[in-house]
Amino acid sequence: MNRIDNMFAKCRAEGRKALIMFVSAGDPSLAFTRRLVPALVEAGADLIELGVPFSDPMADGPTIQAASERALAGGANLEGILEMAEGLRRDCPETPMVLFSYYNVVLQYGVERLAAASARLGIDGWLLVDVPPEEEGEVVPILEQHGLVKISLLAPTTPPERMAEILRRAKGFVYYITVAGVTGARLELPEDLAEHLAAVRERSPVPVAAGFGVSSPEQARMVGGQADGVIVGSRLINVIQEAADEEGALQKARELVRSLAAALAE
Amino acid sequence: MTGQIEQPIGHYGPYGGRYVAETLMPALLELEQAYLEAWCDPAFRKEFCDTLRDYVGRPTPLYLAKGLTEHCGGAKIYLKREDLNHTGAHKINNTVGQALLARRMGKPRLIAETGAGMHGVATATVAARFGLKCDVFMGAEDIERQQPNVQRMQLLGARVVPVTCGSATLKDAMNEALRDWVATVRDTFYVIGTVAGPHPYPDMVKKFQAVIGQESRRQILDREGSLPRQVIACVGGGSNALGIFEGFIQDREVALLGVEAAGLGLDSGRHAASISGGSIGVLHGNKTYLLQNQGGQIQVSHSISAGLDYPGVGPEHAHLHDSGRAEYCAVDDRQAVDAFQALCRLEGIIPALESAHAVAAAMRRAPEYPSSDHIMVNLSGRGDKDMASVVDYLESLKT
Repeated sequence: MNRIDNMFAKCRAEGRKALIMFVSAGDPSLAFTRRLVPALVEAGADLIELGVPFSDPMADGPTIQAASERALAGGANLEGILEMAEGLRRDCPETPMVLFSYYNVVLQYGVERLAAASARLGIDGWLLVDVPPEEEGEVVPILEQHGLVKISLLAPTTPPERMAEILRRAKGFVYYITVAGVTGARLELPEDLAEHLAAVRERSPVPVAAGFGVSSPEQARMVGGQADGVIVGSRLINVIQEAADEEGALQKARELVRSLAAALAE
Repeated sequence: MTGQIEQPIGHYGPYGGRYVAETLMPALLELEQAYLEAWCDPAFRKEFCDTLRDYVGRPTPLYLAKGLTEHCGGAKIYLKREDLNHTGAHKINNTVGQALLARRMGKPRLIAETGAGMHGVATATVAARFGLKCDVFMGAEDIERQQPNVQRMQLLGARVVPVTCGSATLKDAMNEALRDWVATVRDTFYVIGTVAGPHPYPDMVKKFQAVIGQESRRQILDREGSLPRQVIACVGGGSNALGIFEGFIQDREVALLGVEAAGLGLDSGRHAASISGGSIGVLHGNKTYLLQNQGGQIQVSHSISAGLDYPGVGPEHAHLHDSGRAEYCAVDDRQAVDAFQALCRLEGIIPALESAHAVAAAMRRAPEYPSSDHIMVNLSGRGDKDMASVVDYLESLKT
């Protein structure tokens, strides 16, 4: 059993839903992210998505776009993020970590080279936003050789037959995109979300986590009611941005995670 | 659609593909199927051809540029006059095709990205013609540089959406169009303006532009009884180039030359020549040559010609380059403006700055051949839109 499977099994045993936090690595500095992640884990985050910034984040809304720009302006790159991840793994030995990025960043580093480094440093998988199943042949066999998983995405637009094929291949967990749109905190989620999630969960061989647009504990509770995990990203970035200084940001981040984790434990 | 996820198609050697978020994949599969069905439907093809004839004004002339030929010496230079199309450039060949397809698919809204505004105008035009809603995404910086085209789009009933993220130019406009499409995919058709983006766009846009090559091959055989030694076209994304190349791709004896924008020079780091000065990567749904740093971050391109100012190139061009079937060279801002002025004065034709890059390359190549030979340039658009850019550039040389 790997860290991802262990974590979901543990959550199930404890009768709660997993809280997955997306972190924009290097926003505003890698030193801050290095402090932020252990704080999130301590406050109750079950899995960390380490967002590797890309200059052209086509699937992201304004919040993560701006965070990526700040991270790049602060000098964040994959080498630095991997170095940081090594320290995070020491501090948080049990928490699964997934690299979250766009394919070009991975391609330039080298798929094989990054897979080897990921395995060595204790990264559990990758989520590549712009590598759909049609193109994953150049990535998945290499990941598998290194014992890593590629997290699959499902969207509200994915038709049932295609969904079945994606679920057949799924490893780790499946990321269900709650809204047809880009990332970002939203006041309202689609009315038929619960229905869609229930249909996915019924067919999925692996846990289903839902994200895009989830920001409040109330939304997390609602989405968590039909999923095995909930993913929150933009809201965390906003909370950090609104704080006056780093200490304040860490404090606000902890409070956010605690409130989300509490909502998912009910 | 079946649940079978097929092995990669829409690839050109190692290039192309469909590197997009899952939310868009079903839309691309639907589009591919609809496009292939439409292309095989004689009624669709007839309406496409009729519209190009009656509305766009095709066929465009193939013109022997005697003044330019005499000035350069060597091979006769023919110009394929895409500048004489309705809206002033080749872009409308493609937007007619995609608008007909959108209507056939029951999508009431078009979106498009635009740099110089020519593709935006061509999309706004067909949206008006076919009664579709239209939103055009345009970098805030380009909106400043290209006011007349912004006003044209608005007069045609389109909404021009300023894009302020990133570098606020064409690549960011494409990002923003893709973001809109993710959220509106059920009722919106994304009209991509060039032979880039995820499959089936590179193939579909080429097919809609292939009329340029088909006409010009027929026209040159009528005029000269022989094929040109070279066919020359500018390459940003590369749709006018693939359109004219398509007519000659099987004629191995015809050299194909794509001309990229060298901006301030290939060594300056401020250019838009993805093949001549870039490396392989993935952006906007396809694998191709890109301008990027070692970490895979996309770099800002530069060219005096807004239509060539893009840090990537269509994947089929990447493949034509690697296979050697086409050659790619680069022309800088200065050479393009020189060619722009030469064509104005020697032929009485004001070319688009994009097309002036191809003219510049032709002026270099023509003297390499005897006067009994001939070469062909795709004059992809007219230059009225570029007056301010050229005047500013010439002023800057004086100071």
